[in-house]
Order: sequence, then structure tokens, then C-alpha cells
Amino acid sequence: MLFIYAIAALGLIGLLFGLGLATAAKVFYVETDPRVEAVNDLVPGANCGACGYPGCMKFSEAVVSGEAEPDACIPGGEEVANEIAALLGKEVSSSASPIATLFCIGDNYRAADSFVYDGVKDCNVAGDFYGGHKACSYGCLGLGNCVRVCPFEAIIMGSHGLPVIDKEKCTGCELCAKECPRDLIQMLPRGEEGHLVLCSSQDRGKTVSRACEVGCIACKACIKVCQQEAIEMDGKLAVIDLEKCTDCGDCVEKCPPGTIYQRSAIPSEQEAIAAAAEKEKETA
Amino acid sequence: METLLSIIFIYIFVENFVLHRFFGICPFLGVSRKMETAIGMSMAVIFVMTMATLVTWLLYTYILIPYNLPYLQIVTFILVIASLVQLVETVLRKISPTLYQGLGIFLPLITTNCAVLAVTLLAVRQEFSLVESVVFAIAASIGFSMALVIMAGIRERLELAVMPDVLRGSAVTLITAGILSLAFLGFQGMLTL
Repeated sequence: MLFIYAIAALGLIGLLFGLGLATAAKVFYVETDPRVEAVNDLVPGANCGACGYPGCMKFSEAVVSGEAEPDACIPGGEEVANEIAALLGKEVSSSASPIATLFCIGDNYRAADSFVYDGVKDCNVAGDFYGGHKACSYGCLGLGNCVRVCPFEAIIMGSHGLPVIDKEKCTGCELCAKECPRDLIQMLPRGEEGHLVLCSSQDRGKTVSRACEVGCIACKACIKVCQQEAIEMDGKLAVIDLEKCTDCGDCVEKCPPGTIYQRSAIPSEQEAIAAAAEKEKETA
Repeated sequence: METLLSIIFIYIFVENFVLHRFFGICPFLGVSRKMETAIGMSMAVIFVMTMATLVTWLLYTYILIPYNLPYLQIVTFILVIASLVQLVETVLRKISPTLYQGLGIFLPLITTNCAVLAVTLLAVRQEFSLVESVVFAIAASIGFSMALVIMAGIRERLELAVMPDVLRGSAVTLITAGILSLAFLGFQGMLTL
């Protein structure tokens, strides 16, 4: 019979406290703005923090109170901004979300490693260990911190040792750009226009060519050929101004290591592997 | 009266819950970054501990013992503590939204603060009377608050101190906690019940 007492005692105590809490919840009920919930249902809910608020709920509160603009949600993009604006009766100042772009094409086949790294698979750790296993001290270490930080699974690590960014899935939240210890990911305006120098090395040309077959060697050949004067040196690196670039493609032909690509033609994983195989055949 | 005074002294200084018995280390390290939240947390813990001990003592003496159910004490006590924390949260949200925001996640986490469960269990194990239990709970929670506030004060200064990078953050916090605990060893044996 003992167990009946036990069940009854615990059950009654629980019931009593439950009733007490229910009453307290009624008495101390806090009115919340129903619009906050409604906005929170509209945003993607990844809690990425790209808007500058800690989590989607806080962003929703800020939008409703007028503190934040409806288009501050970067992953949500135009669609969500319009929905929120319609809900709250506000205007949207249109702005397309940027897209993440990797400024390094030194894959496993074309950029040498200076030693075999067998430690923790983390770019920060590897980078601190004798300056990283990549011979180029500016190149992508390929251990995928950006892959892990992306809340939208828009980045995958290719077998060639470089992350591949899915343009469709990238929402421009900038988390990968902030995560990359070597600052190799830049946020660019969406679109296919313009050419890019896909390298971030500030080393001298000699050092670069020893470490990587496709790195910018600061020869300035592209600057000389460009008629729009869209290319300038930033230290030991050529940088193309996307607004001035007219996609003539002259610089691509002139670039000795082949670092410059049209934005729509950034080498994919398969192309990188194929190019490496072809090169090997030539040398053989 | 004398017992009550010695209970107060013992559980604030001699057998401090955090520094001597190592209960409630999680909020001790987690909320001691800023003085403001440390004090808010202390107030919430003082309330929860005192109320929990009062309620659990009554339940234990008038329900669990007469029906021969002392083995249910942990389950019952956890039920009481969880309900009280929920109550504090509901009330605080209405009365002081600022403090509610400041405490954040640590408010519901009082439920899992082992110091709260420990104080209720120890009160019945030491066979304290009702008044003694409540005084014990207040003293223990003040002891907890004191440790938390001291720690917050030290950590606010440590933020500005010059030290090697390896020590920064949790390393130096743990070392400080150890030294603080050693310092309180000085009260050892000064008074016993």
C-alpha cells in the first residue's frame, strides 16, 4: 500500500504547485506584441546574427519597435523584407544581399604544402602551427572553418582542398567572411559581371611562384593591358575594381599564372582537378 | 538564539557553500563577470533558497515523514525548487523586465543550481527545526552571494590587469577561485555546531 501513498503525495504536491503556477501566470501575465511573433514566423530562423541582433526573436522585437529596418535580415533577403514591411506597413529601401566569394584558387594540386599537417582540423589551430601547412602563408588552409560556421549549408569542402560556395544557397550573412582566419572570403555584390584576381597573397612574386602555381606574382601585366584603368595594386596584389571592369577579358590572357577569372567562370572542383591532371600529362 | 547566530556565522564564513563545500560552482563562474548581474543573481538565489527550504521542510516533516516516504525527498524537493524558480521568473518578468533581461538564461538555470538542492537536503539531514532551517537557508544563500560578489569584484579588475595571454579568461578565473577558497580556509574550526 506504501506506493499508493507515494503516488498520491507526489501527485498532489505536483498538482498544487501546478495550480499555483497557473494562477501566477494569469495574475502576472505580460502582454506581448502579437506582431513580434508574426515577424518571427517570417524570418528564416537560423539565428545567424547577421542583422546585428542576438537571434531572430530579438531582431523581430527590434523591427516591431522601429529600431531596425525590415530589410536588416540579410538571409531573408528581399522576399522576407517585403513580407515584414507589408505586415508592419513600412517601406523597404531595396538592397540585394551580397554573396561570399573565396579569394584563393590555390588548391591541393597547384599550391604546395610545406609539411604534412596531422593536427586538429581547424584553420585557426593549423594557421598557428608554424604558420600553417600551406607553403603560401596567405592561402586557404582547407580545413573548413567556413563550412562549419555556415548556417545554411551553402559551403562544402571540395576534394581539391578548397571550399566551394553554393551561389543559390548563400544568403550573404557574412559569417564565413568573419570566421576565415586568413580573410580569404569577401562579400561581393550579387551578379556575374566583372573579373576578379582570385588571390590574397601579399608576398613578393618570387615567393608566390615558389608556393603556388596560380597566385598573383605582382607582375602588373594586367594593369598595363587594362584600358579602363580598373586594376590597381594593393601592396603586392592586383585588385580589379568591379565598377570599372567592362569584362573585356584582356587581363585574363595576359596574366602569366592565370589568377584572373571572369566571375561566372570561377573554377569549380571538377575543373580544378581536370586542370591539374592535364598539367601533369604535359610535364610527363 | 545562540544556535541561530552560530548557524549564520558558520554557513556564511566557515562552511561557505561555494568556497568550502563547492556547491553552485556553475553560476559562481558563469555570472560573476559583471557586478550588476552578480547582485541580481544573488537576490534571486536568496529568495529561491529561503522559500525552497521553508516549503520543503514543511513537506518533509508533515507529509513525507508521517507517511513513511523519506525516499521521495529528492524528487519532491526538485519539484518544489523548479516550481519556485518558475514563479520567480513569471513574477520578475512582470515586475522588473530590466533584471529579467540582465539575468537571461541564468534565471531558469537556478533550478539546476546544486546549492539550492543541497541547502534543502542538508536542512532536513541536520535535523534543524523550522526556524533553524530558514535561518540556515538565508545564511547559506548569503554566503553564496558573498562569494559571487567578491568574485565579480575581482574579475572586473582582472579584466584590466596585465597578464600572459594563456592566463586570460577562464584560466585566471579558476586560479582566483582556488586562492579565494584557500583564503576562506582560515575560518576553519573557528566554530562548530
